[in-house]
Amino acid sequence: MRGTPSTLRALAGVLLATLLLPAQADRPGPRVPLLPLYEQECSACHIPYAPGLLPAVSWQRLMGSLDHHFGTDASFDAASTQEIARWLNRHAGTYPRVTEAPPENRITRSTWFLRKHRADEVPPELWRHPAVKSAANCAACHPQAAQGRFDDDDIRWPR
Amino acid sequence: MKVRISSFFWLVALLLAGPARATTASEQLAGYARESGVAADPARGQQLFTQRQGREWSCSSCHTTRPTAEGQHASTGKHIAPLAPAANPQRFTDAAKTEKWFRRNCKDVVGRECTAGEKADVLAWLLSVGR
Repeated sequence: MRGTPSTLRALAGVLLATLLLPAQADRPGPRVPLLPLYEQECSACHIPYAPGLLPAVSWQRLMGSLDHHFGTDASFDAASTQEIARWLNRHAGTYPRVTEAPPENRITRSTWFLRKHRADEVPPELWRHPAVKSAANCAACHPQAAQGRFDDDDIRWPR
Repeated sequence: MKVRISSFFWLVALLLAGPARATTASEQLAGYARESGVAADPARGQQLFTQRQGREWSCSSCHTTRPTAEGQHASTGKHIAPLAPAANPQRFTDAAKTEKWFRRNCKDVVGRECTAGEKADVLAWLLSVGR
């Protein structure tokens, strides 16, 4: 009998985890720790976008054209490029809404992104706010974007 | 005995230095100036840095005209740490990184890679700012 409480606790833990897991798996945030090399090379110009935000095919296209990366040369050495490409490929989005490759490999043109940022959710003038500048600047309204947190409760509108 | 100690010292020093040897901004400036064969000119560097070269962006579009201050990426809005070594000692301590950024950013600003002389001028100006 002495072992029962801990056994019960363990069982309750497993049950709780089972209940919570599907809810977590639904989110496109990076529950994956970021590869330090990815952060170093890619987050100098923009936040380190979570690999789950794009499907593997989009990441492959992006990593294969870094010398023409949204109008700029973002290329770096071949060994690092390969290592990052492998990591992105392994952790790319597999959620139903992320499997569709967005036009121009832009996260901001994904169907789910456009739906979440409709005019009745985000006033159009907000995109032109000096603190925003670009839809690529997630952190302007999602302060924890670099950590992969985009929950509605965490949104801070720029002033 | 003296000889053995000194060779041991150099061996340790070499091991500590590692494969990617750390460098300084002044060393890189000297290297670029040597390569170009012309003395670096900070005033020319400032002009290249702060003025547009016939394209949409100048270096200052992201790094501001005061490189001791924090900058902001012209298209993504991401914060950029100060570029002048006086304000940010981490800058220009890795020659490969310096080359990578000159290569990319000169293409945006000048539409081609910069010459050794242009890099020397810019570095000379950045080193003179805030000191």
